[in-house]
Order: sequence, then structure tokens, then C-alpha cells
Amino acid sequence: MKPTESESVDWRSQSSSAPELTTRERLHEVYDEQIRTPLFVAWADWRTRFGFLILAGYLLMGLVAVLGLWRAPSTNQAPRYLMAFENMQYPLGTTASGVDLAALIIHSTPDILLMITAGAVWATAVAVGIGTVAGYKGGRVDDVLMSFSDFVMAIPGLPLVIILAVTFSPENPILLGIVINISYWAGLGRSLRSQVLTIRENDYVEASRTMGVSTPKIIQKDVIPNLMPYITVNFVFAARYVMFASVGLYFLGVLPYSTQNWGVTLNFAYNSGALFSWSAAHWLLAPMIAIMGLSLGLILLGQGLDRVFNPRVRTRMTGKSESTVDADDEDSVTEVL
Amino acid sequence: MVNYYVRRTARVFVTIFMVASLTFGLIRLLPGGPYTLLRTRLLRQGVPAAEVDARIANLQNIRPDAPIWEQYIDYMFALAQGNLGMSISLNEPVVSILAKSAPWTVFVVLVSTILVFVIGISLGALQAYWEGSRFDKVFSGISISLMSVPFYVIAVLALYIFAYQFGWFPTAGTVGRGVEPALSVPFVLSALEHGMLPIFSYTLGAIGGQALAMRGNSIQILGNDYVQVARLRGLSDRRIATRYVARNAILPMYTGFLLLLGFRLGGTVILEQIFSYTGLGYYLISALNTNDYPLMMGTFLVITVALVLGVYVADLTYSKIDPRISAGGSDEAY
Repeated sequence: MKPTESESVDWRSQSSSAPELTTRERLHEVYDEQIRTPLFVAWADWRTRFGFLILAGYLLMGLVAVLGLWRAPSTNQAPRYLMAFENMQYPLGTTASGVDLAALIIHSTPDILLMITAGAVWATAVAVGIGTVAGYKGGRVDDVLMSFSDFVMAIPGLPLVIILAVTFSPENPILLGIVINISYWAGLGRSLRSQVLTIRENDYVEASRTMGVSTPKIIQKDVIPNLMPYITVNFVFAARYVMFASVGLYFLGVLPYSTQNWGVTLNFAYNSGALFSWSAAHWLLAPMIAIMGLSLGLILLGQGLDRVFNPRVRTRMTGKSESTVDADDEDSVTEVL
Repeated sequence: MVNYYVRRTARVFVTIFMVASLTFGLIRLLPGGPYTLLRTRLLRQGVPAAEVDARIANLQNIRPDAPIWEQYIDYMFALAQGNLGMSISLNEPVVSILAKSAPWTVFVVLVSTILVFVIGISLGALQAYWEGSRFDKVFSGISISLMSVPFYVIAVLALYIFAYQFGWFPTAGTVGRGVEPALSVPFVLSALEHGMLPIFSYTLGAIGGQALAMRGNSIQILGNDYVQVARLRGLSDRRIATRYVARNAILPMYTGFLLLLGFRLGGTVILEQIFSYTGLGYYLISALNTNDYPLMMGTFLVITVALVLGVYVADLTYSKIDPRISAGGSDEAY
């Protein structure tokens, strides 16, 4: 959400040139408008609240791993096949080779968080770039960019990722996140473009254009702020896709790995026959629950953020207006996936 | 009008051509070049160098010593004639492997995607009608939870519970052993039995997202003036539901369908591996594990072509549903 703030701050400081406003007052107003209200609205919605809490939990887990507060996973560090909660020293139990499952889960977190952030940033940045330019410029530029993204959309995502992974064998989590979302932007870019098509007909965009403001500036100041809600929601969904795909591919044993990952854990569990016996069920379940928890957090956040950006809900929630109780201010999360 | 269809059809061919070129490029990028591994193996077995080259040329219709553009032209011509080379690991023409496996993938993806749509749309519509009711709340919760479960988790659990523990369904394969692939009752039953779990796990996880999207769309449309007017005119609820609301709410989802199809075709790579379901995705992974590049590229190409054709059909039908599309007046350029 960082970009929203800076974006809108810039926009405000340009337009509100009223000299009688002191810097302090203006800062206060900006704070109220950009930070306090959104946070208030966000916190009021249980979905965002839970989403934030879950994500914070995962961040904490990542921090624990980075700071080395929990033992690193290694073979024969514990008795084999301990069930979950059997021995509180190894709360999630251990694997067939005596590795602490909790250590596996915790030490996978930092790389996964890095990966999903990198993938989501890549996908949304490219989508915003291509979608806004194509939608705003129209004509030939639009044709070329949209043909290109149609081409990218025509290539099925996972098989392409698999072939690219074999070809380049990226082990860096950031690179891997980008490879996984290499073609994700196409669909998002297309839907952003169709929204820009209506935005660009607005009066203030036309005003900027007639004033001779440059295209990049118009896109940055007039177009993108309007798209922010949609972009943020889809950022979350792109992150979720990276996690689903990466864990799935690690699970298949297709991606090269040097560090731990929930998918790798799942793969080991699966291949050592955890499907056939109850004594290894926890080995399979622990990474699954880790995956589902993180994606639940992301989805709740995505659903809740949609409301934060919805201006009608916003004014009502902060008690500034009572009259806007309407049926159609419901969330309409448009997911590309 | 005609113009749109012609342009759209031309684009299918252009896309397939470009993807074919891409696969050619990717083969060249693969680690150690396309056939280094095979070549060293054959040379070590004492096969004379000239024969090794001939064999490799036969495998992918590529002459390793020819300049790259010539290789490219050869490759494309062979493709145009439906020749995808020989599979190294299975020692069979790639085309015949693909012909055997593609129908299964298409079967699973098509059936499950249609189910996702039908169930998701009906659920979402009902939720929108009874917005705020207990039914709505329960199913919204279920939808959100379903969205956070990746399909392969459902697949592994389903395999564990229904196939290994209860033994209700087979654990692998597309049809039972010894069942003749003919259009007969036992064949269809066996295919359904084997396809049930993959389809189930591929459907369940995706319903949530569709239901929520449909719910959002419907609620938005229910608030529109023309729905109010229709109510004031005394039209029956049923007519309003199907003619006024559902139609308009489904429209934006139809475009999402194109994207969904692509993601789902790609996802079979994971799905088929879990169920050992010998479709395209299964062979893609097994080719990958055995360094069988001709088969790998063949499956990749066919999955892509299937997607391109699917999107093509969906696009053409979309322009039938929504007349605004085919008019397609291009906007003024700034």
C-alpha cells in the first residue's frame, strides 16, 4: 500500500495550493486522510483484521528463522516419527529421518515470503505499466501491447514455468518468484486496460491533456490513483498464486531447491509413503496447514482491502456520513484468477 | 462483422506459429543443448559419430550441424506436417503419445471447469439473493476457506481418504486394466471411475472463487435502476433473476473464463502427477525427468494449442452473447 500513500500525497500537495493552510495542518489532514481513516476502516472489518494478524504471524515466523531463534532443521536431531504434540520440544513432530518439522516449517518461511512478494510486485508492476499505457494511449500502441499480452495469455502458465525452471534453474527466491509469475501480468494488464478506457474519458484527464501535461505524468497522477484499489486486491491474489504454484512445483520436485520449502517437505512426506500410514500423517499435514494459513491470510486481506478503498464504505465507517447506506456498496472483488 | 471473425481466426494461426517458434528457441536454451546428453551416451556405447548424428536428426528432425535458420525451417516444416519427432524415453513417435494422452486432459479440464462454473454461478446467485442471510454467511465462509486450499492439497487428501483408506476409487490410471478403449459401457464406466477423483479435487477448490465473484457481480446488478424498474413493473421474480440479473452478472465472468481455462490446463501438470493420470501434464513431467526433450516440447505445444483453441471458441461465442465485442470500434489514440 506504500505506493498509494506517496501517490496521493503528491497529488494532494499539488492541487491544494491554498496558502492559508499551514504545513502542520496539511500534514494532519494528509495523515487523517491517508493513514488514520484507511487503518480505521481496515481494522473495523474482521476480514482485514484477521488477514493482518495471520500475515503478521507469518512475518514473525520469518523473523524467528532469520534471527535463528529456532533450531535449524538437520537430520537425526530428534527421535524419528514423533507425532505432533507428543514431545513439546518438537511441537509439530518429526520426520522419518528425525528432522524437527517445526524447524522445517519455520525456516521455509523467509524464502517463501520473499518469493511471493517478488512475484506479486513483478506481476502487478508489469500489468500496471502495460495496462495503463495501452488503455490511455489507444490506437497502435494499444494494438501492439494487447496483441503481445494475448500471446502471453495463450501460453499455459505452469508448463512454461516448468520449462523455464529447467532451463535456468533459478534458486534465488526473488528470481524464482518472478519466473513463476512470468506471464501472470497478462490477464491483469488486460483488465486494467479496460478500466483505463473509461477513466481516460474523465474531465480532469482531458484537462491535464489540454494543458499539455506529459503522458507519463497523466498516467501517474490521474490514472493510477483511480486503479489503486483494484491493483492492491490483485497484488494479494498474485502473491497467493505464486505460493500455490511454487509449493505445487516444489511438491512435484520440478524446481531446484537449495533451502527448505513447504513444498519440498510435502514432497518428501509424499514420497516416503506418508499417504499409507497414520504415523506420518502429521508430516503431510504440517506443510499443508502452513500453506492454507498463509493463503487464507492473503485472501482475507484482499477481500477486506477492497472495502478500504471503497469510498462509500469508508465515509460511513468513520461516522462522517449516515446517509450513504446503499445496497450496492458491497464488495465486488474481481479476481483475475 | 466478417472482418472480426477473419481477424480472430488469423490470430489463432499467428499465435500457434509464435509458440512453435518459442519451443524451438527453448529447446536450444535447455541445459547443455538439446541432445548433448544423448549424444555422449550413444558415443560411449561405441556408436559411430555419423550414425549418432543421423539418429538425433531423426529424433527431432534436426540436423545438428546445419546452420540455425535451416534447423528452424526444418523444424517448422516437420511441425506443419504433424511430425513432432520421436520420444527418447518411450521410443515412440511423440504424436502418437500425445494422441493417446490429450483426450484425458481435455476430459478432466473440460468437465471440471464446466462444473466449477455451473455450481459457482448458482451458489453465488443464491447468495446474492439472500444477501445477509445465514445461508449467505455460511457459504461466504466456505467459499473463502475453499479459496485458500490449493487443489493439490485436496487431491492428496482425496487420494489418501477415498482411494487408499476406503478403496472406493482406483489410485492411478485413466481406465482399468484390460478395458478396451472403445465406446462401450464398461469403458465409459471405468473412465468415469478413474476420472472422478481428479475432477472432484480440481472442481472443489475452484468453486469458492467463482461463487464469490458471481455474488459480488449479482449484488452490484441488483442495485441497478433497471432492476428496480422491473420490480415496479411487477415482473415475476424468476424473470428478473434470469433475464435481468443473471445474464448481466455472468457476462464479466465469461472473460474470466478464458483466463481460468489457461490456468486450469496448466494446472493439470500437478494434478495428473498426483493421480498418475496419464494425460498431457503427466507426460510433460515424465519427459522432464528423463530428459526427453522432443516429448517435453510436444506436450507443451499441444497444451498451448488446446488453450489457444479453447480461448478462440470462447471468444467467438462471447461476441454472440455480447454484441459490443464484435463491433469493436477502436478508440481514439492520444
